[in-house]
Amino acid sequence: MRIQPVRNLVTLTLLFIISISSASSFGISTVAAVVSASAVDADAASAKTFVFTAIPDQDEANLQERFNKVADYLQGQLGVEVRYIPVKSYAAAVTAFRNNQVQLAWFGGLSGVQARRLVPGSQAIAQGYEDQFFSSYFIAHHSSGVETSASFPQAMAAKTFTFGSKGSTSGRLMPEYYIRQYLGDTPDKLFSKVGYSGDHSRTIALVQSGAYQIGAVNYKVWDSQLAAGKIDTSKVKVIWQTPTYPDYQWTVRGDVNESWGADFQARLSRALLDMDDADLLASFPRSAFVSATNTLYQPIVDTAIAIGLIDADQ
Amino acid sequence: MSTTHPTNTSASALRNLSLWFAVSALLCLFIIDIDISTTDPWAELGLMTAGALSPSVWSWPTLISSLANTFAFALQGVTFGAIGGFCLALGYRFTLVRAFCAFIRSIHELFWALLFMQVAGLSSLTGLLAIAIPYAGTLAKIYGELFEEVDPAAANNLPRSGRNLSYFFYTVLPLAWRSMASYTSYRVECAIRSSAILGFVGLPTLGFHLETALSDGNYSEAAAFFYALLLLIGSLRLWLHLRLLPVYLIAVFYYLPPQATISWQLLVRFVSEDIVPTPLRGQSLYSGETLNSVGHWFNLLWQQQIWPGLINTLLLGQISLVFTGLLALALLPLNSSLFISRGRFMGRGRLLSGWTRGAGDSILILLRSLPEYLLAFVGLLILGPSMLPAILALGIHNGAIIGHLLGRYTDEINLRVDASRGATLYFYEVLPRIYRQFLAFLFYRWEVILRETAILGILGIATLGFYIDSAFETFRFDVALLLILVSAALNMAVDQFARYLRRRLQLKTTPESL
Repeated sequence: MRIQPVRNLVTLTLLFIISISSASSFGISTVAAVVSASAVDADAASAKTFVFTAIPDQDEANLQERFNKVADYLQGQLGVEVRYIPVKSYAAAVTAFRNNQVQLAWFGGLSGVQARRLVPGSQAIAQGYEDQFFSSYFIAHHSSGVETSASFPQAMAAKTFTFGSKGSTSGRLMPEYYIRQYLGDTPDKLFSKVGYSGDHSRTIALVQSGAYQIGAVNYKVWDSQLAAGKIDTSKVKVIWQTPTYPDYQWTVRGDVNESWGADFQARLSRALLDMDDADLLASFPRSAFVSATNTLYQPIVDTAIAIGLIDADQ
Repeated sequence: MSTTHPTNTSASALRNLSLWFAVSALLCLFIIDIDISTTDPWAELGLMTAGALSPSVWSWPTLISSLANTFAFALQGVTFGAIGGFCLALGYRFTLVRAFCAFIRSIHELFWALLFMQVAGLSSLTGLLAIAIPYAGTLAKIYGELFEEVDPAAANNLPRSGRNLSYFFYTVLPLAWRSMASYTSYRVECAIRSSAILGFVGLPTLGFHLETALSDGNYSEAAAFFYALLLLIGSLRLWLHLRLLPVYLIAVFYYLPPQATISWQLLVRFVSEDIVPTPLRGQSLYSGETLNSVGHWFNLLWQQQIWPGLINTLLLGQISLVFTGLLALALLPLNSSLFISRGRFMGRGRLLSGWTRGAGDSILILLRSLPEYLLAFVGLLILGPSMLPAILALGIHNGAIIGHLLGRYTDEINLRVDASRGATLYFYEVLPRIYRQFLAFLFYRWEVILRETAILGILGIATLGFYIDSAFETFRFDVALLLILVSAALNMAVDQFARYLRRRLQLKTTPESL
């Protein structure tokens, strides 16, 4: 749709002022009603293709190739055009979902929770078999002197520490939760330095080089890199494994049935749960998909609130 | 040291200022953390070196299209930035206009992109605006100051009445035009780097694939994308000529027309909900309780993010600024015909000296094109996490830029036939003559350095930009906007201070007539 700049600028400024003073909610709804009429055609135009995305957690270069196969599979099962779009960050995946640029997304635990809070009515419909009992590894460089233990290694306090991406469940949220629980303080007070490497592969590279002494990493990424021979175990090793928590899941917007038919969400869930081609499942990588619900992720919500990543009363 | 000089010369003012800057940077060095905690970076560095030596193109169509996108965003951005900047420069003597320009350029391209993405998605319009807006602010400043500093002789010959637009077009613009064109063409190079960096947040430029390859540790692929960027920047002067510009402009707008499906609903939600401070949403502004909770909200932000962010940004900025200056002075001979062609290659003909100068400038191009982010990662591997890799990353990048500009500037100096050579020439002839210019360039980069501290989150340095990035990650756009406004205020203050210093020291930004 075309924007007439001046008029719209004035309207938006007014809206901002109205919503700040917020004296009358009537004001907002009137203007919103006026403008929403013209927004319909934009939505209708994008409604033909069903679009999904996935958070870029590892092996980013091959995301397109990996998920195009998934798109082809879904297209065959659902009978509508399905397209995958790559995104660059966890936040971008959530924003695309929120803005209805994608209707389905393969989220991590935290990004899924954030997305469902921002889009009321959206549903977690399937998770990987492994995601029922996901966990994080704490890894340490040999020079740190921290040894592998079954209980939380208290010796890691005062070392240098790196998380993965700021918005990662396995690289940030759950590790930070356990750090706070066992050491009783926030990471920036406990460790001499706290970094955010950006992703799991880089966390491993940085701890392996000794740039950071300790790191927290997604256990599946560690296992697959170990299997691929990319990790020198004489330099870096796993020192602790967190208790399990629910992680990755498929989340779909609540309004998909309006665009693609009354039983679309049910058919989509079935298509995802029925995915049994080993090649397709390797894209995630998961052994199978099992059904999921929003309430399954309540522990993630509570944890995210506890460490201040999301606000309690939204 | 200036006390030994009986008179208060302009040189002593320059010396004093430099001394104060150096002292302040040294003091900052005592406060911040510059521990070196290196262990065994060599395995990873070995992989990186091997990758750099064996670039491999994973997909030619991807490489070519991301190269084209990078160029298209850059040229479109600079075009709109130059038009906007010119209009703003006409009113540059008004404080309000200057503050507005300082405001729009104080926000990093990445954050402009993140803001526009909320309403315009990952679209070509987002990419264009993310470059055009901050560049308009920068170009307005450059143009405005060029206009202020043109030789007033032409204007003085006109009657003092009737100072209108035609007066401007006949006495100011022609004199400033060459410098404007030269600086704008230099901004194209900067815009290509900015455009590439926009790939970090998802626009389909070189940075998208470069960052992807780096984070996966595919250094051979990363090298291919990086060399493509270098080649694009390094070859600009060969093919981006003024008379071909219309052709390129038509081509880029045809190839990548700026468009976006802007949904009104998203826009409305963004201004009426997302950026409204959380405690204000759906509350009445005038109740005491709301004001209380806003106060509490702001107070908490101030203690946890704004204040520490401001301190870290200023400390890091100050040290990096001085390091940048030292590095620029060391690097400038690489791009100066005074040193390259007067060295041991003298007399072997222009071709050879041209070639060595090209090689010298290539090193500078390499140094200034390396994304700070990559420099910080390598620094982190070698030196461990502290402010040191950040200072190196910012210093190398910006030092190479100023070194390049200064080197070009020295070409305007006419030396006596019997001028000395080498170190004597550098310290006794060239350095005194370019010192004002050097400080002027350094003050320009001051705000840029402050802005660039934003993208060093990997080092865990909590600058304002680090908190802005965190706010975007947690979808707290109200916090992000507040922090952006704070960093804009900081930039405007620095800009005002630099302007004051420039005025006081009469630093000229245009080549002096010697």
